Amino acid sequence: MTAADTFRAEAAKRILIKDGAYGTMIQAERLKSDDYCGGLDLMKDQKGNNDLLNLTRPNVVRGICERFAEAGADLLATNTFNANSISQADYGAEHLVARINETAARLTREVADAFTARDGRRRWVAGAMGPTNKTLSLSPKVNDPGYREVDFDQVKAVYRGQVDALVEGGVDFILVETIFDTLNAKAAIMATLEAEQALGRPLPLMISMTLTDLSGRNLSGHTVEAFWASVRHARPLTIGLNCSFGAAQLRPQLAALAQIADALVMAYPNAGLPNELGEYDEAAEQTAAQVREWTTSGLVNVVGGCCGTTPLHIAAISGAVRDCTPRAVPDRRPGTLLAGLEPMTIAA
Amino acid sequence: MEHSTVGQAGAGARFVNIGERCNVTGSARFKKLILAGEFEAAVEVARDQVENGAQILDVNMDEALLDSEAAITTFLKRIAAEPDIARIPVMVDSSKWSVIEAGLKCVSGKPIVNSISMKEGEGPFLDLARKCRAYGAAVVVMAFDEVGQADTVERKVSICDRAYALLVADGTDPGDIIFDPNIFAVATGIDEHRRYALDFIEATREIRARCPGAHVSGGLSNLSFSFRGNEPVRRAMHSVFLYHAIPAGLDMAIVNAGQLDVYDQIDPELRDACEDVVLDRRDDATERLVDLAERFRGTDLAEEKKLAEWRSLQVGERLSYAMVKGIDADIVADTEEARQLFARPIEVIEGPLMDGMNVVGDLFGSGKMFLPQVVKSARVMKKAVAHLIPFIEAEKEATGATQGKGRIVMATVKGDVHDIGKNIVGVVLQCNGFEVIDLGVMVPWQDILQSAKDNQADMIGLSGLITPSLDEMVTVADEMQRLGLTTPLLIGGATTSKAHTALRIDPAYDGPVIHVVDASRAVGVASNLVSDTHREPLILTTADDYDKLRKSRERSGHSELSTLDQARANAMPFDPSGQACTPAYPGLHHFGDWPLKDLRTSIDWTPFFRAWELAGTYPSILEDSVVGESARGLFADAQAMLDQIVAERWVTPKATVGLWRCKREGDDVLVLAGNDWTRIPFLRQQIKKREGRFNMCLADFISPEGEDWIGGFALGIHGLEPHLERFKQTVDDYDDILLKALADRLAESFAEVLHAQVRNRLWGYAEEHLSNAQLIRENYSGIRPAPGYPACPDHSLKPILFDMLGQNPGEVTLTENFAMLPTSAVSGLYFGHRDSQYFGVARVGRDQLEDYAERRGASLELAERWLRPNLD
Repeated sequence: MTAADTFRAEAAKRILIKDGAYGTMIQAERLKSDDYCGGLDLMKDQKGNNDLLNLTRPNVVRGICERFAEAGADLLATNTFNANSISQADYGAEHLVARINETAARLTREVADAFTARDGRRRWVAGAMGPTNKTLSLSPKVNDPGYREVDFDQVKAVYRGQVDALVEGGVDFILVETIFDTLNAKAAIMATLEAEQALGRPLPLMISMTLTDLSGRNLSGHTVEAFWASVRHARPLTIGLNCSFGAAQLRPQLAALAQIADALVMAYPNAGLPNELGEYDEAAEQTAAQVREWTTSGLVNVVGGCCGTTPLHIAAISGAVRDCTPRAVPDRRPGTLLAGLEPMTIAA
Repeated sequence: MEHSTVGQAGAGARFVNIGERCNVTGSARFKKLILAGEFEAAVEVARDQVENGAQILDVNMDEALLDSEAAITTFLKRIAAEPDIARIPVMVDSSKWSVIEAGLKCVSGKPIVNSISMKEGEGPFLDLARKCRAYGAAVVVMAFDEVGQADTVERKVSICDRAYALLVADGTDPGDIIFDPNIFAVATGIDEHRRYALDFIEATREIRARCPGAHVSGGLSNLSFSFRGNEPVRRAMHSVFLYHAIPAGLDMAIVNAGQLDVYDQIDPELRDACEDVVLDRRDDATERLVDLAERFRGTDLAEEKKLAEWRSLQVGERLSYAMVKGIDADIVADTEEARQLFARPIEVIEGPLMDGMNVVGDLFGSGKMFLPQVVKSARVMKKAVAHLIPFIEAEKEATGATQGKGRIVMATVKGDVHDIGKNIVGVVLQCNGFEVIDLGVMVPWQDILQSAKDNQADMIGLSGLITPSLDEMVTVADEMQRLGLTTPLLIGGATTSKAHTALRIDPAYDGPVIHVVDASRAVGVASNLVSDTHREPLILTTADDYDKLRKSRERSGHSELSTLDQARANAMPFDPSGQACTPAYPGLHHFGDWPLKDLRTSIDWTPFFRAWELAGTYPSILEDSVVGESARGLFADAQAMLDQIVAERWVTPKATVGLWRCKREGDDVLVLAGNDWTRIPFLRQQIKKREGRFNMCLADFISPEGEDWIGGFALGIHGLEPHLERFKQTVDDYDDILLKALADRLAESFAEVLHAQVRNRLWGYAEEHLSNAQLIRENYSGIRPAPGYPACPDHSLKPILFDMLGQNPGEVTLTENFAMLPTSAVSGLYFGHRDSQYFGVARVGRDQLEDYAERRGASLELAERWLRPNLD
């Protein structure tokens, strides 16, 4: 059975658990510039370049990964959110992108396999790809709405570089996450589909959108239904939402998605809304209680945490949903689904 | 547009209009615009179609003189920036794959490709289909094969059937397949063409039956090609064709959205003639239609009918209609006509005008109408009444017209100048029959109470926007108590709250005190207060409610405070690497007339709608299912007024910016403005923080060692007065409120634009390329906190800031309670440090109050008054 088959089979039996966030866990380590840079010969200050730690402080990354696995995570994502050549260019580290991704994938694979060996329970590894910090749908110039900083082929190539290295390091799936721009996601999907073709074996996609405000749209303006219409051609293993807000605020959009998507639904919220300092202080039990409500309402198949969630949150979530029935994946709805910023259905 | 042949039903659309006008091969006008590079106007062509009901937008740039790839790329990116256009799916239309692919790379939703076909064989066909799939697009498959274009029923069906089998076997979702079995021109005079429409309809029926899940589409304009220049006949032909093709299974078509006639409303003679042609019912069908066509050239019956409709009603109905719709164009003439019909002028008011107003009141009360429409209706009412008053006075019945349910004296309290909310409440109350005596802004308590007495007011309404006004309201309540009044006191305005009313104002006055959340509640509260039966229950439940709130506040206690010393020990450490550079242009800068056009483009519209009590975020609010229509109307009026404001230079934006050397001393910052050091004391958060969270203070963003830099600014939008005076003359509350609300938006926009100018040029520590949305979300480094707002809650720092900026900066002045004049003004400080951020000081302890008083060199009592909102 392929990794996707085993994942689907297990997801039919119970709610699966994804890990929590690297970013806020790394912040708590209070690393200095030198810790980040290690011995690498880089011109710019690397403080905050969390992805580089896969190379320079692998034990920090491995430690976090292990703590999430211990907390009960079935799905471990790689610490590669910004490991793409666009984001790394800000640190002058774009030439390290392939190494970062491959190392991160290998390291996460090792943790997953070690835990599987320990208790016989399968863990899966998702190669995480963030949205990059450039957008294909919006102009950064107020006076020139037709201008774009990047184009589709460029972004697609950037993603392709990341996908290939993640696959080389041994990931099971590609996770396109925190999607603020649907067109960026479409470039990521196309890059993955092309990599899949070159690879000659399935390379399942996990797709996760992020909302920018409570009206339920992402930055490029798509509603969740329109987003689903725009990415459904990827036939993703999971579709869902992450980051955005806390679990409570995500619920209406999650419910909308759960109703229409003929794929597993994965959601991993932040630990509540940030306080006035931009920090997350929702208690693990609170997050877990809200996530449990999703599962009892039949909205999700895979749950985990994003910004501000710690192993405590993941353990609490894992405990809270243990006895819950997973969402039944609906059949593909007949009819044609098109989308602008809003969805459009044409009856079959 | 009119729907009868073309409606929507059930969960999905039953028939889909694809807008055809963004097509250089089909629209001469669009082609001209694109060739001239006038993309802005071209975008408007797209917008028109969406407004006219297009559900998908066809875009075609196939023109020999064009770089089609570049043109489609630019155009699609431009419309992507227009949410009201981009909300619908795009159809990327070209006969060249390279142009289609260039288009697909710019479309973020799920588009349709128009088209691919088997004209080069099955292999290339499937290649392109796979590419469309990878881009996430549905496809139009033209009924075209290696032999050529299908022109008979049999060829159309067999080609589509073969394409369907190939695509589905290859993994294409049947729902993503749309067939175009070719609509050809009829009535050409050539016999072989006579059956084209009928063949299309029959093939459609067969294709839908054989290819489950797939759709059938067509380009409608081909059909009537031989009647070019005769729009009425073309539209009738299209309408008749759809009438027969839709039931056969045609479920989408490329049409001129907004130009489809309703089948039943076509002239019967023309309709029959068209039907004869489309269905090939008679040998002489073409000749008959050609003969008839001349008679219909240039007629447009539906249009004329629509226009005449409401103006032809009885005058009474016309008045009510104008009231409900808020149309003031003919109101004076109609009122005059009505006056001559009725025995007495007052009857016009009591009859049709009040009828209309009651409808408005009911709709508003039940949430079916929203504030902007109500204010427009009120404008119509007031204009009608203004016309009637001289006649009523001539009858010596002056009291009859305006005497209503009750009388309220309203004022914005001393030291405060904001009155948009108060004016809205006033208008809404007037609509509902109350007499409103509006004392304006900056009204001292003596004048309020005197007026209440002189006018025997049934209630007093106080309004305010800045926090010192809260204290001023307590003062008014104190004085009412001292004078032994019992008149109900209504409290409203942005900073007021139920909690403040219950905790501070209610205990000061034994008479009824009621906090009114918004204009929609004002009517209910005021009506109850003048009702014999509802008055007491309202007063008792409100008093009880406030009492409970006070008790629960006592019980709940407060989160614990650190001592000031502890809080200071937990300050955010200063990171020297984040310090902004030395300003490129230190000192003072005056801007006497900032271009209004600049400010217009960066307006944050969401708060504008909030001012009108329309809830939602711009731009999605324009499409909101509840308030969308209302929001669109308001937005259109706002744009029209902005056009005038900009073109006729109604207002002048003025500003002063200062960038100064400074140094830090504890929680104070010493600023070298001119030759003197000015001390600015800041407040520090004292709420106990979790491990790793800091007790913030603005001073923490300034280097504790050596020299650093700080900035300040004040700006105002000047020159509203003559226009407001003009609106007063024409009894136009709607425009009055609209202008004030727009001026507020322009001031905020100016603050944002000026801040960007400071960051990028005057101070010059940043180099940004931000979109308007990013600006509104404050995606930049550095902050501009304003005295009186959460990070710096003491309004009394404003005079210090203004002194540093050199007296009346931006020609803005301060009232005794630190409100700024003109009303649309913004001031604040600039911090450039990378880590600088907004926060709320919230509650502070006695120790900090005493410390702050000393640092400010003020008495404890005075400091207590300044900081009251932040004290227990």
